[in-house]
Parts: sequence; C-alpha cells; structure tokens
Amino acid sequence: MCGHIRNSQANLDNPTLSTTTLRHIPSRSTKFAMADIDVKLASWKLVEVGRLVLIRRGPFAGKLAAIVEIVDHRRVLVDGPSGEEQKIVPRHVLPLAHATLTHFVIPKLPRAAGTGPVKKLWAKNEIDGKWAKSGFAQKTDRVERRKNLTDFERFKVLRLRKQARYEVQKSYAKVKAAAAKS
Amino acid sequence: MSDGQTKQFGKGQRLVPAQKAQKWYPVDDESQPKKVRKALRPAKVRETLQPGTILILLAGRFRGKRVVLLKHLDQGVLLVTGPFKINGVPLRRVNARYVIATSKRVDLAGVDAKTLEKVSTPDYFTKEKKAEKKTEEAFFKQGEKPEKKKVASARAADQKAVDQSILGSIKKEEFLSSYLATTFSLRSGDKPHEMKW
Repeated sequence: MCGHIRNSQANLDNPTLSTTTLRHIPSRSTKFAMADIDVKLASWKLVEVGRLVLIRRGPFAGKLAAIVEIVDHRRVLVDGPSGEEQKIVPRHVLPLAHATLTHFVIPKLPRAAGTGPVKKLWAKNEIDGKWAKSGFAQKTDRVERRKNLTDFERFKVLRLRKQARYEVQKSYAKVKAAAAKS
Repeated sequence: MSDGQTKQFGKGQRLVPAQKAQKWYPVDDESQPKKVRKALRPAKVRETLQPGTILILLAGRFRGKRVVLLKHLDQGVLLVTGPFKINGVPLRRVNARYVIATSKRVDLAGVDAKTLEKVSTPDYFTKEKKAEKKTEEAFFKQGEKPEKKKVASARAADQKAVDQSILGSIKKEEFLSSYLATTFSLRSGDKPHEMKW
C-alpha cells in the first residue's frame, strides 16, 4: 500500500501545511545546550479524490490518471482524460497495488465526477504540462527515446556525451587549479 | 534366359543355363532412393539490404566492422567495401546471413560502374595459381626471410576507383567516418534482439 487513505469530506485541515515547532525545554543538566529545531510534518502523498496516479501495470501502464472515487482500501476509481490522444486512460477501477501516487493533485475535484468535468479541471490545472516537466516523466521519456535510436544515432550519442564530458572536466580542472593557487 | 546349352540326359533333354542361379538372396528388398522434390531457387534478399546500406559484419576476419554494401551477387552473396581507407576492409564478398543491416545509407550515385561490374564477375576473387611450387631447396634455406605477400596493383587500383566517390559522400556527414572506423560490439546490458538498427 502506498500512503494513507483520507476521506476528503471528513478531513478539513491539510497536514502538509501544518508546521510544529519544538522548542528546547531546559532540562536538569545544562551541559548540552541544544539549538531550536524545526520539525516539519512529512508531506504524505495520500490516496484522495483528485490525486494523480501513475499506472504501473496492465494495459495502461506508464499513463497518468486521477482518482475520482475510492472504492475500498485497495481499489480506486480512476479516470485519465488527457489532452493527448495516446495518453488517455478510460474510467475504470484500478487496484492501488498497480499504481504509484504522484505529488500532483487536482484540487477541489468533486467526488465521483464524470469524465467531462475531470477533463475540464485536468486542462485547467495543466496536468499534462506539469507532468511532462517532472523528473520522472523526463527520465522515462529519455529512456524511451534512447531505446528507439538506430545504430548510427547511438554512436552519435556516445560521441557527443564524450565531448560534453571533456568540456566539463576541462573547466573543472581550471577551477581546481585556481583554487590550489589561492 | 534362353542362353544356355541343351544337353542330352539319357532319353530326355534339358537346358543348362550358362549362368547359374544365385545361391543366396538378400533378405531385404533393395531400397529405392527418394526422389528429390526440392528445386534450386534464386536466393531472396532481405528488404533492408539495399545497396548503400551500412552493414555490421558478424563473422569472419572482419567481424564487428561496419562496411558499405555495394551490390548483390548471386545466391545471397553481398559485395562489400570498407571503404578500405577508413576501416581496412577491402572489396569483399560476404554471406548475407552473417550481417546486420543498419538503417543508415550512403549515397552510391558516383561509384564507378565499370569497375564495379568487373569486380562483381564470379572469377574476380579467385586465387591465382602459383607459378612455381615451393622447392625443397627453398624450404632448407633458413635464415632468409619468407617473401611477403604482395597485393596485386590492379586490385588496389580497383579498390581506389570504387571507394573514391563513397569517401566523398561519407565526408559530408559528421561522425559518419568515425562511425565506420569503429567496430561494433555488445556492451553489458545490450539486448540485440530488442535494439533498433
């Protein structure tokens, strides 16, 4: 299981925003003076309506969908009306074991909203663009692209990477030499 | 069976055959050889093996080398060149089965058609017979260095004539020359059946 399940109606306060500050209370021994410590509550990724989920298994593996309704503690109803044709996920019940929670949430998504409203909010929150910018999406994109390279293109990547590495090392050596002098 | 002698035995006559019947017979019938129903068909060439394609050789002395496909000879044999100046692979015949075709192609428009025709004749690559055999004397002449194999100057000229325009078109694209110069090999984690060529 990935995260806690939160009932969207019952829980009003957002745990991600609340910050508790623990001040050091002077104890009997004054030997160790401790500094003030800010303890922040961990920002849990919760299973909640509106949470975007990355599907890891099944026919829609690798695609993004929003949780529309929580069926039970292991399944959710999911809908992914993406703007791009090949990334659309039809509305269906998804086991949470097949999903990974993302940091993205569509705020104020009504419970059990239909595909139309979900699509509207999806576009309004620019989910596709935000997801494309995320590190995970960029990495998987690159892996996919590299997989489909031809032999000659693979060779070019090898060479260009070598060139880039050479430049980096050159400037690093310069900085190092300058630091050693001063 | 008519040949034989008729002999008189008392009152009757009997034909005595010239050749006696065999005393022993084989136990099994002699098996009939099966008729061959296969026909020699012309070799089918893969669609990816278009002239000008860059190939990766998989077997033989030049395995791993990337070479340029010049022409199809008959029975699935490919005529191939390095070009010699780039990776040391001469004009050579190669089995199409032991080759990976990449999707990269080189322009062959300016290749000397006459020499190519000459090279692709079946007896171009046959070995010339040695005029003199190694004598016993030569064998015992130790200390003297053995004669080095000389490349026929005609072959070298043909190589140059074929490679000239190919080298020109290779030069135009960045990295292409060094691509042909490097040999191919699998790294750890490479899955050749999943790779695109």
